[in-house]
Amino acid sequence: MTLNVKERRNKAGTVLVATGEINSETSGSLLQTLLPLVREGRPLRIDLTAVSYVSSAGLRTLLVVYREAQHAGVAVTLYGVSEEVRFVMSATGFLDFFSAGEAEAAAAKAAAKASATPRAAR
Amino acid sequence: MSESAPEQTLRVDAYPTHEVGGYRVRAGKPFPFGANVVPGGVSFSVFSDQATSMTLVIYRRGEPEPMAELEFPQEFRTGSVFAMTVFGLDHENIEYGYRADGPYDPVTGHRFDARQVLSDPYARLIAGRDVWGVEPDRSRGYQYRSRVCLQDFDWGDDTPLGIPAEDLVVYETHVRGFTRHPSSGVTAPGTFAGLREKIPYLKELGINCIELLPVFEFDESDNPRTNPETGEQLFDYWGYNTVSFFAPKAGYAATGRYGMQGDEFRTLIKDLHAAGIEVILDVVFNHTAEGNEQGPTISFKGLDNATYYMLTPEGYYFNFSGTGNTVNCNHPVVRNYVLDCLRHWVADYHIDGFRFDLAAILGRSADGTPLPNPPLLELLAYDPVLRHTKLIAEAWDAGGLYEVGNFPAYGRWAEWNGKYRDTVRSFLKGDPGITGELATRVAGSPDLYSSRGTSASVNFLTAHDGFSLADLVSYNDKHNEANGEGNNDGGNDNASWNCGAEGPTDDPEVNALRLRQMKNALGILFTSQGIPMLLSGDEVARTQQGNNNAYCQDNELSWFDWDQVDQNAELLRFTREMIAFRKHHRELRSTAHPTGQLRDSLGLPDISWHGERAWQPDWSPDSRLLAVARCGTGDDDVVYVAMNSHWEAHDLELPALPGGRTWHLFADTGAEAPYDIRTPGAELELENAGKYLIGPRSVVILVGRTPDAEL
Repeated sequence: MTLNVKERRNKAGTVLVATGEINSETSGSLLQTLLPLVREGRPLRIDLTAVSYVSSAGLRTLLVVYREAQHAGVAVTLYGVSEEVRFVMSATGFLDFFSAGEAEAAAAKAAAKASATPRAAR
Repeated sequence: MSESAPEQTLRVDAYPTHEVGGYRVRAGKPFPFGANVVPGGVSFSVFSDQATSMTLVIYRRGEPEPMAELEFPQEFRTGSVFAMTVFGLDHENIEYGYRADGPYDPVTGHRFDARQVLSDPYARLIAGRDVWGVEPDRSRGYQYRSRVCLQDFDWGDDTPLGIPAEDLVVYETHVRGFTRHPSSGVTAPGTFAGLREKIPYLKELGINCIELLPVFEFDESDNPRTNPETGEQLFDYWGYNTVSFFAPKAGYAATGRYGMQGDEFRTLIKDLHAAGIEVILDVVFNHTAEGNEQGPTISFKGLDNATYYMLTPEGYYFNFSGTGNTVNCNHPVVRNYVLDCLRHWVADYHIDGFRFDLAAILGRSADGTPLPNPPLLELLAYDPVLRHTKLIAEAWDAGGLYEVGNFPAYGRWAEWNGKYRDTVRSFLKGDPGITGELATRVAGSPDLYSSRGTSASVNFLTAHDGFSLADLVSYNDKHNEANGEGNNDGGNDNASWNCGAEGPTDDPEVNALRLRQMKNALGILFTSQGIPMLLSGDEVARTQQGNNNAYCQDNELSWFDWDQVDQNAELLRFTREMIAFRKHHRELRSTAHPTGQLRDSLGLPDISWHGERAWQPDWSPDSRLLAVARCGTGDDDVVYVAMNSHWEAHDLELPALPGGRTWHLFADTGAEAPYDIRTPGAELELENAGKYLIGPRSVVILVGRTPDAEL
């Protein structure tokens, strides 16, 4: 499955809306899209509302982006994390790397959303 | 210097030199073995001493048929290692294996069969049993599929805790069984993530080390039996049948279906460390899941049968493990394999120690003869990476080799002390003539470990193998019918006593005695010198309904019932306070065996033995009463433990205390709760200072200290 990304800019910062799956096939291009945005220095929100699955490579990509943002002093927020993706992020420890506020925001968002149907074994 | 990640360095070896089967490749590096992500591709390296050719078989993830088969060019072979880098592979979406061609001649030990696709012995992830209990598709030719993974977990500032061995309180548990019961209330029952949610419980219990039953990938569905009473499928629940030694069990991970079991397990370990809890893995190097000549070919058999297994002169498998085959542990290649494996778990998973199943096998030579100086055991003892890990041996095997007290230790190895278990069990049930050996056992078994200290002895009364503590006091005989072997499996020598009724009973006297006996057991265990090990669930009277070999029972017989935390709160409280008491009193954790030497600060010896009369222990054959008093250097208190397995009460004369100290009551298992035990430091001063009446079948623990001392 592919990944589509759309960029929106407003006064508060940049919003990147992702649609599809973040996996080893798509995470490379996502990284190439995100790193320049981080380097711009504007607050960045990654909207994952329409992302159904984040693979191991995808989680690592998000973490790399987050690390780059930390070094650059740029705020990166994950938004609209589905319950299933959030659970995977939590179980594998990736959620711990994002600041508490963001994790809580992701959790609150997940709780507010309808429960995602877990995917069948892949 | 920039703090950002560096741009990828251009490397000469990032370019292919050959083309094989439509893929661009180049010679790989022989080391490290396994599959490793390198710039532009994946490097594969596999050893086989006798293979005439080797083929890398690559599948798209989950597909039944390979997408490529790449034979290693002869020039990609270094010694007996085949190594090749394949470019352009999406490492996340492939599975791989090997076909090894060579002689098929079982008499000379060779069982090559190029029709079989073999798992990589160094695979760090395995696909094929991703979700526990899902019926596998056995029509697929390649069942346990090697996968490639990155090893870039962010450990933050996690480091080994380095808890001194003598301070450990070990809790033996099963990853799935701990939270699989519906009462657990965790998000993902039966998984690493589920266990992680129960860390607060472990912390509150007070244990500081968790020992996990096997977590290396195994096949829970490899048990052909069914429960004769219900017809339900039986499993390989315990997992002492390793399929792949470098891979964590996917079915133990909530994220196993996504191939993220490695990160999930590491996250559990990281959080356990943050809670002050070390992690020890129960590892099984004595045999593999390939069985004997009738068993499946998974990996080693097809790669180099004669190297990896102990074979008879006729080419059959020696069976010192009781499971079909025996790993040829002291072969130079195999011992390096074991070393590489343990290094992997220490370096890449931050594991703190290992308990070795049937470790006596690790000291046998290729023909099974016990070696006086086994190179594998020495190698592990001195290895730089393993230098500070705990090494614990189950110092016997199924071939009759029993080395408790004699295991080649190199100053490093501790042992499951089976003699401690047997002695204390016999004493608890009221056997006569045990007090002498009981004294030796509670003092850290100096007869076995005089040169190694008390921490060479892992003291336990129950473990996964055998009765749970509740069953030890509820059953005279094993009841293993549900295992489908006509009650012929499991040990018959249990030294158990049912307290007057076999199994569940409404008799309040029997139930009260059972509870008291469990407290007696815990009181003795946690005041003994050596490392105490508690079986998960014993703190809440977990029962297996008399089954002393629940290896195949993936059901409520084995699972931790969390409703018992409330139902058996009295026993749980007793256990917690006992663990806290042990932490409070250094003399119980002394590494040196006591000698009877006088402690100048107190005017009492480091250890002294007593009976009904102070200073007069009764070692006679009929004696069922023994009291021990301990004084530690630098500690301003004395701990007195009286153990009475007699069915009658006894008046105890207490030894006099120096320096204005008086006796304070910490625990009396004969007293009704909440007076059965107190919080350490809040002991009750005895009114009658020189005397105490110990009830029938009871343990009494006193502290001698100044009345106003604040501990």
